[in-house]
Order: sequence, then C-alpha cells, then structure tokens
Amino acid sequence: MLMDKYLWLIPALPLGGFFILALIGKNMSRTWVATVGAGSICLSALVTFVVGGAFLSGMPENTVYTQTLWTWFEVGEFSAKITLSLDVLSLVFVFVITFIGALIHIYSTAFMEADRDYARFFASMNLFVFSMLVLVLADNLLLMYLGWEGVGLCSYLLIGFWYEQPTNGNAARKAFTVTRIGDAAMAIGLFMVFQQAGTLVVSDIGANASVIWQPNSATVTITALLLLAGGLGKSAQLPLQTWLPDAMAGPSPVSALIHAATMVTAGVYLVARMHTIFALSETARLVVAIIGAATLLLAGLTALTQYDIKRVLAYSTISQIGYMFLALGVGAWTAAVFHFMIHAFFKALLFLAAGAIIESLHHEHNMFKMGGLKDKMPVVFWTFLAGAISLAAVPLISAGFYSKDQILWYSWSADGGSPVLWAVALAGALITATYTTRMMILTFWGESHTHIGHLPGKRMTVPLVVLAVFSVFAGFIELPHNFGHFTLFSDFLHPVLPETAMQENIPSEWLFQLLAALATLGGIFLGYYYYYQQPARIASLRQNGLLVRLYRFWFSGWAFDALYDRMLVRPFVFIARINKSDITDKLYTGISGMTGEMYKLLSRTQSGSLRWYIMGLVVGAILILGIQIML
Amino acid sequence: MKTSVSAEVVVLLAGLLFALGIVGVIIRKNIVFMLLSVEIMLNASGLAFVAAGSRWGQPDGQVMFVFILAMAAAEVSIGLALILQIYHQHKSLDIDNLKEMNG
Repeated sequence: MLMDKYLWLIPALPLGGFFILALIGKNMSRTWVATVGAGSICLSALVTFVVGGAFLSGMPENTVYTQTLWTWFEVGEFSAKITLSLDVLSLVFVFVITFIGALIHIYSTAFMEADRDYARFFASMNLFVFSMLVLVLADNLLLMYLGWEGVGLCSYLLIGFWYEQPTNGNAARKAFTVTRIGDAAMAIGLFMVFQQAGTLVVSDIGANASVIWQPNSATVTITALLLLAGGLGKSAQLPLQTWLPDAMAGPSPVSALIHAATMVTAGVYLVARMHTIFALSETARLVVAIIGAATLLLAGLTALTQYDIKRVLAYSTISQIGYMFLALGVGAWTAAVFHFMIHAFFKALLFLAAGAIIESLHHEHNMFKMGGLKDKMPVVFWTFLAGAISLAAVPLISAGFYSKDQILWYSWSADGGSPVLWAVALAGALITATYTTRMMILTFWGESHTHIGHLPGKRMTVPLVVLAVFSVFAGFIELPHNFGHFTLFSDFLHPVLPETAMQENIPSEWLFQLLAALATLGGIFLGYYYYYQQPARIASLRQNGLLVRLYRFWFSGWAFDALYDRMLVRPFVFIARINKSDITDKLYTGISGMTGEMYKLLSRTQSGSLRWYIMGLVVGAILILGIQIML
Repeated sequence: MKTSVSAEVVVLLAGLLFALGIVGVIIRKNIVFMLLSVEIMLNASGLAFVAAGSRWGQPDGQVMFVFILAMAAAEVSIGLALILQIYHQHKSLDIDNLKEMNG
C-alpha cells in the first residue's frame, strides 16, 4: 500500500481550485466556476477516502503517515519543513473538512447561483478548505500556524463577502481583530514551546513532553494557557466569543462550513493535538474545563433570547464548542473529538437548512416572521428536524445524544471532573433542548407570516438529506459503556489520544443517562409549553420587570459587546483622537523642517555671481594656508 | 652665465604677480580681462616653477613650465570661444549681468 504518497493531493486540490478561480475565474462561465469550485473539494474528499482507507488497513504497524514535501526555511539549527502528517486524529478532521466541505460546496453552487461574485466566493471557500487542511495535517506547529492564519484570513474574506453593506465589513473586521488577540497569545505560546523544547515538531514535543517540563510547573501552565488563548479566539469561547454571532453576516454556506463545522473547532483540535502539554498541567486543564462550562451556559442562555435564526444557531455553536472544551478539560479527549464530529454534521445541516429557509423567505432572518413552514417546505422541515433532535440530544434516536451524554458522564466521572461541572453541563443540556424546540416551533409551526418564494432545488436538498442521515446515525459508532459497549470511535482514536482516566466510587452511569434524558425532555417540554401550548404565558412573563431586564441582558450576549466597547474601544478611540496629529511624528516633521531651513540658507550663497565664488575660493585657500602655517 | 638674483626674490615676484592676477579676476567686470588675469596667474606659477628648478638645479621646473604653457594655450582658446558664445547670446561681456545660475 503506497497510497500515502498521495497525501499531498488532499490540500493541493483545493489550492489548485483557488488559483484557477482567483486568476481566471472572472472569465469563466458559471457552470465552470461551479465545476472547479465544488469539484476540487469533491476530489479532495475522494482522495481522503482512498488515503484514509489505505491508512486504516495498514494501521497496526504504522500509526502515522508523514510526507515531507520540501524545506520551508532553515535558520541555524532550526529547520521548518513543509511536512504533512496523517494520524487518526487528523484523519477525523480531514474527513469532516473534506466530506462536509464537499457537501457544502455542492449546496453553494445552487445557493450562490444568483450572486455576481460567484467565482470570488468559490475561490475564497477553496482557499479556506486548503488552509484548514494545512492546519490539521501540519506536522509542526509553525506550519499549523500558517494554516491557522490562513483560515482566519478566509473567515474575514467570507464574513465580509457582501462588502457593500458597511455592517458586514464591520463584522468581518471584528472577527479578524478579536481572533487576532488569541493568535498573538498563541504565537507567544509557540515561542515558549520552541524555547523550552527546541523544536516545533508535534510528535517530538509529544514524545519528550514529560522530560522537558516538570508536571504542574509554572512554565508548562503558562505555555498551555497561551496555546489555549489561541484556541479560545478561534473557537469563540469566553472571553473572546463576541465575534461569532456577528460573523453570521456572511452567506449561510460560510456559516455552515467555517463558523460551525470546521474553523471554530480549530481550538478543540489544537488542545487535543497538544494534549501532552495540557496533561502535564492540572491548572490549565481546570481552566479549560471552567471556560468550557461557563461558555456553554452563557451562550445557551443567550440563544434562548435571540430572534434571528442564524444568531440562535451561532450561539448554540458557541455553546456546543463549550461542551467540547469541557470534555477536553476533564481529560475526555476522545469524547471531545467525537462531539466535534457529530456537531459538525448536525450544525452544518442546521445552517444549510436555515440558509434554504432564509433564501426562500426573501432574506427573512426573524424567526417570529417565519412560521408554518412544516407543510410548505417538507424536505427542509424533516432535515432540520433531524439536525434539531441531534442538537437537543434526544435520547437514543439522535447522534447528538451519544456524544453529549458521553461528555456529561465524563464531566463528573473523569479524573478532572466534578459534580459542579456536571451540573452546569446538565443545565446546558436543558437549555439547549429548550431553545432548539423554540426555534423549531417558531419556524415550522404556527401561522405563516411571510410569502414563500422558490423552493430549494436538488443541489440544495441532497446535501441536506445526506447530512441528516449522518446527524441521526453517526452516533452509533460509539455507544455508552453500559449498553452496547461499542467503542469504535474511541478505540480508533486511542493511538493518538490517551484513555480517559476515571475517578473511583462514582454513581452508576445509568443514573446519569436518565438525568440527561430527563433534562432534554424537560427542555423540550418547556419549549413546547411556552411556545406552542400556552403562548399567552410568554406575554404574562413579559410583565415581570426583572425578567424583562434579564431578557435584555441575555439578548445582548451578556453585554459583552458593551463591556468591551467601554473597556477597550472607547479608550482607544479617545487616545487616537487626542493624538490625531501624531506625537512621534513631530520628530520627523522637525527634521524635515530643519533641513528645509538649511537648504534655504545655503541656497542664498548660490548667487550666480562668479566673482563671489572666486572670492570664496581665495578666502578659503588663505584660511587653509594660514591654519597650516600657524600649526 | 651666473646671475646674482636669488630664488627668493623671484618667488616673491611670482607671488606678487599671482596676487595681482587674483585681484584682477575679482575686481574686473569684463570677462576678457578676467581671462587675461587668469593668464597672469598661470604665468606667475610658471615663474615659481622655473625659479625653484634653478634653485635646486633640477630640470623638472622647466618641464612643468612647458606643460603650463601648453595648457594655457588650450585654456585661452577654449576661454575665448566661450566668451564669443556669451557675447552672441547676451550681447554683453559684463560678468555682473551673467547671474542666471543663482539659487
């Protein structure tokens, strides 16, 4: 089996697609743009299946495929190589990126059909897929950082895709700036890793981590936290979560691919990839778990109050990534990656379906103006329902249940777990079910408020159906320990990610599953009761001043935007205003002014009078001779 | 033939001539006279060379004087040609009127 030599094709195909579309896309017909744009990703997905299949069949002997393409640069003893490495962890990510990416590209060929910048859209999307593949396939942290920045750039380009509206441009700039804060911290983290380990190659760091760092020492904690800060920025976790809801200004396929399925989980990938460092620092893991728990609760409560369907999904994305971080923090590495994969399926599905709804309702985002779509858009309804039950983690029949239940179970029982984290996660599950039900009822039940335009075509519904199938059935590859005990996925990941260390003397897993199921059903009932059965109750709740204030607070995303505006933006604008005529600039204008004055002075000696010149010569000669004689 | 004139006196004369030349260049307004004064300065330096050559009994001084003569001839021809051109263009030989290249 020599399939590994085709590994480079996986990122190269999207890159090729990007170059073709960026250079000559303007002169290509729409059919060709769609063929190149979606075709490159589909081919890449195909290569992934072939290489992945070969990789899995050759598993026991060789758990990592590496392919060095060329040396990027060498400085002294340090050499950065362009090396791709495929192991089980990156295989999961590559699979999700190319497979879901291909479906979303096919969907986009129909969704963006009417847009005049068809080629620019696909060029940016292809570049994104390339960067994301570089990120997950990189064998050293430097190359990973290249991909990391590449996805940030593409995210910026695609959020601001409809750049003619200033708000979209602002959203793009906000996303870029906020993630940049995390990236700067991550860059410092990379410097620290290099300073202490002397290498940036992931496998070397992993193999020598316990030699390089003392467990629980200050340096390893700081390094881990700096790397984590990078992940928090990209994955929109507390306190850098503010950019993701605004990022919904981009087209829906962008939200599905970048801001739900792939890029925002880069932080999860980073922490999972560097798990050897995090395993050495209990403090860092605790911070990861607490941030995850806090984020999932905060974003969940915010999602309850939103009326824009895409913003609900955005906050639920933040919340679900919070679950992944919680799992990473308690040491349940495989559970986090499992939830990442399931989440990628159902969240991409939900965004694509939401995009189809918005498109059919003439760009109506407000859920309160939708309603009654159940019978009018049956395909979208059934697929959206499949995604929603997975998001709400309806017991047994949805994939989301298996992945989220695992996280809930580990958040108590794993080594780093605690009852508090579990309680927060359980509350989060209840809230998730409530806002999912609310979203379903407002969108699909009740009376129709907006006229429906054209219905989505085949190219849009087929990806929805495929993703719906995965959202329901993908969970069966990993069943809980107490029933089925079928752990295909975690066994698959164990060559890279360690087993979850468990506490002793913990209550039965059955109890946890029962409570998780009750939380989900309770949440669904709450949503059903308030939004379907007794909608009048909402109005009576509105009478309560405290609740209204709480609602406003949650609606604004816990006033984080206002806080950052007061704390950072306004002081910065203030300083910028008083320093309008740049203080440091004074030095340079001073130098140039002095030069100008001296030029004027000297140019007056250039009188044009020959006799004065000779006079000058003579006086000069006499002076020099005089000095010579005197000395 | 033995002369009783010492080298110092000749060099002093050369210096005097040179100073005269410089003063001429500076105070004269007419370009032709300025050129003449330059010739006087050249010859003064030539005289100094000859005096020095005879003082130390070396032929170099006279060799240098021949060079200076040749150079002076060339310089005068070019200088006169330039003066002719200036006169054609400005209808004047007054150096004070020719201050175009100022500032």
